[in-house]
Amino acid sequence: MSETKVQSGLRKFLHELTLAQLQRAMRLGFRSLWQHRLRSLLTVLGIVFGVCSVIAMLAIGEGASYEAQEQIKSLGSQNIIIRSVKPPDDQKASQGSQSYVLQYGVTYTDADQIQATIPGVMVTLPVRDIHDYVWNISRRVDCDIVGTVPWYTSMRNYRVARGRFFTENDMAARSSVCVLGAEMVPSLFPLESPLGKHVRVGGDYYQVIGVMETRGHDATPADATASKDKPAAFRMFVPLETIKMRYGEILMRRRSGSFEAERVQLHELTVKVDSLDKVTTVAEAIKTVMEHNHKKKDYQIDVPLEMLRRAERTKQIFNIVLGSIAAISLLVGGIGIMNIMLASVTERTREIGIRRALGARRRDIVTQFLIETVMLSGIGGIMGVLLGVTIPFVVSHFAGMRTIITLWSPLLAFTISGLVGVVFGIYPAIRAANMDPVEALRHE
Amino acid sequence: MASSIVQFDNVRKTYQMGPVTVEALRGVSFDIKAGEYVSIMGPSGCGKSTLLNLLGCLDRPSTGRYLLGGEDVSGMDDDSLSAIRGARLGFIFQSYNLIQQLTVIENIEIPLYYQDRPEAECREIAHRLAARVGLDHRLAHKPFELSGGQQQRVAIARALVNDPLVILADEPTGNLDSSSGVDIMKIFDELHAQGKTLILVTHDPGVGKRAQRTIRLRDGHIESDVRN
Repeated sequence: MSETKVQSGLRKFLHELTLAQLQRAMRLGFRSLWQHRLRSLLTVLGIVFGVCSVIAMLAIGEGASYEAQEQIKSLGSQNIIIRSVKPPDDQKASQGSQSYVLQYGVTYTDADQIQATIPGVMVTLPVRDIHDYVWNISRRVDCDIVGTVPWYTSMRNYRVARGRFFTENDMAARSSVCVLGAEMVPSLFPLESPLGKHVRVGGDYYQVIGVMETRGHDATPADATASKDKPAAFRMFVPLETIKMRYGEILMRRRSGSFEAERVQLHELTVKVDSLDKVTTVAEAIKTVMEHNHKKKDYQIDVPLEMLRRAERTKQIFNIVLGSIAAISLLVGGIGIMNIMLASVTERTREIGIRRALGARRRDIVTQFLIETVMLSGIGGIMGVLLGVTIPFVVSHFAGMRTIITLWSPLLAFTISGLVGVVFGIYPAIRAANMDPVEALRHE
Repeated sequence: MASSIVQFDNVRKTYQMGPVTVEALRGVSFDIKAGEYVSIMGPSGCGKSTLLNLLGCLDRPSTGRYLLGGEDVSGMDDDSLSAIRGARLGFIFQSYNLIQQLTVIENIEIPLYYQDRPEAECREIAHRLAARVGLDHRLAHKPFELSGGQQQRVAIARALVNDPLVILADEPTGNLDSSSGVDIMKIFDELHAQGKTLILVTHDPGVGKRAQRTIRLRDGHIESDVRN
């Protein structure tokens, strides 16, 4: 049978099918499926699992990539981040024989050069990061003390929840003020408001002037790609100049049996570019400056915008892979349905003969079998959607993963399962309709 | 003089069985008038089944003409033949041919189902006919829950449901014990008395004798056409 003939035939019978006929045919189809409940269920399982896995996988994938993208976005898409990295061990060893002090990382000179020479750089944000204990009388918290500048909040999209962030005046006066990360407040000040109180670090006291908003995750670039289950690190923000004054530039670290000194000027330098399309060229320029200034590779440049683009590309590939898996599983499901429908047509040859003898036209038989197949795959699709919507909930409840069910994924999966019914139902239905009534009546 | 309901005019039917051409009917002509009760008899292989398939519009003659109710059906396409079967013919088979998944009342309704009649009307007609064959207490039963005689009565009700021009019966008592057979034949007699046109294919002389006219076939020819 030629393609156009099938199409015109299909159009013809869709036109002539009245609603009442359709209703009746559906009732008849449902009864016939209900008569073989187990068989119908087993037939439809392929579609159920196909649809369900598409929805569930999309939801989990969507959730994961959403989280990654949010983390990257929180770094600021116009930002470029240069971080100090301890050089590889072999170089350290050769140096360590002459000096106790290990010197590496981004320097103030780098910051100044970048700010002064590269066009498009709006502002730079230096960060010094010191690990120490923070005390409130007898309560102690292991904390990252972040020495930075007043515009940290605006550049990192990180807001103060209570109180205020420190200002230029605090910087200039090298005043001993601090802003606490929200996560550490319950440990240090379980009963009272920390605002106006003092915390102790080593021998110095700092007055708490603000508390940051809660952040679900730690916004470091490493975190966007690496372990996500690590709880957000405790952080305390202090003016950069204050930190410089209190700690100097050499950090001592004592470990059991050994002693280590590091000289690091800046742990992190964030560069904000004035427009999105300049980000890549500025990143290139920064790379050149840094390569010129540093013989060893003791820094790392992260461009959140590029990470974001990479994440989007990964998501696209993921969606394509998922789409292919879905297509294959639905194809397999469809073949299963077609197989059963062909068997059903053979089994019901006699019924077809009787119906033909009693006045059923070919297209009545086509309708009957096609509706049965579409109902079968449609019911499978509904079951699959229900199951597929449930699984992400279970996953996010028990595994603590974020899942996002987009509206289009169940709709698409259901539509495709219906289409599978039509595509794989046409052939058995046409075969049933083309039987010779005389032969069919004689069939045992 | 009643008008002709069935007119066969030199009808031939040949089948191609591989390389062999089988001539099942070699020029058959007869007229059946409204209200006649005709039996078609003959040994097996004489072309009875072929003739019945042609009469029932399940097949088309190779050559010749077949007029049913004055309408030439020998050249009609499949859809028109289906419509003719549904509207003008009633079938009764040897093996009842009821659909096992459907109840008695639903089986009776099938021919109306394909005529796009309103459901309530179908139900009402089917009820009336079930009552007429004495099965109004078994409407919700499935065919396998009934005896052979009862099943054949369902089939008769089904054959009458579309008020056909001609009722075609193929060995209607062939699968039944003698007493059920007699019951069925009594219903046929009643139908005849009511003026229905009946064509009955059988090789049971006792059954054949009840008809007022007998057509005997042999080797695809009409051997005799007599009134009893």
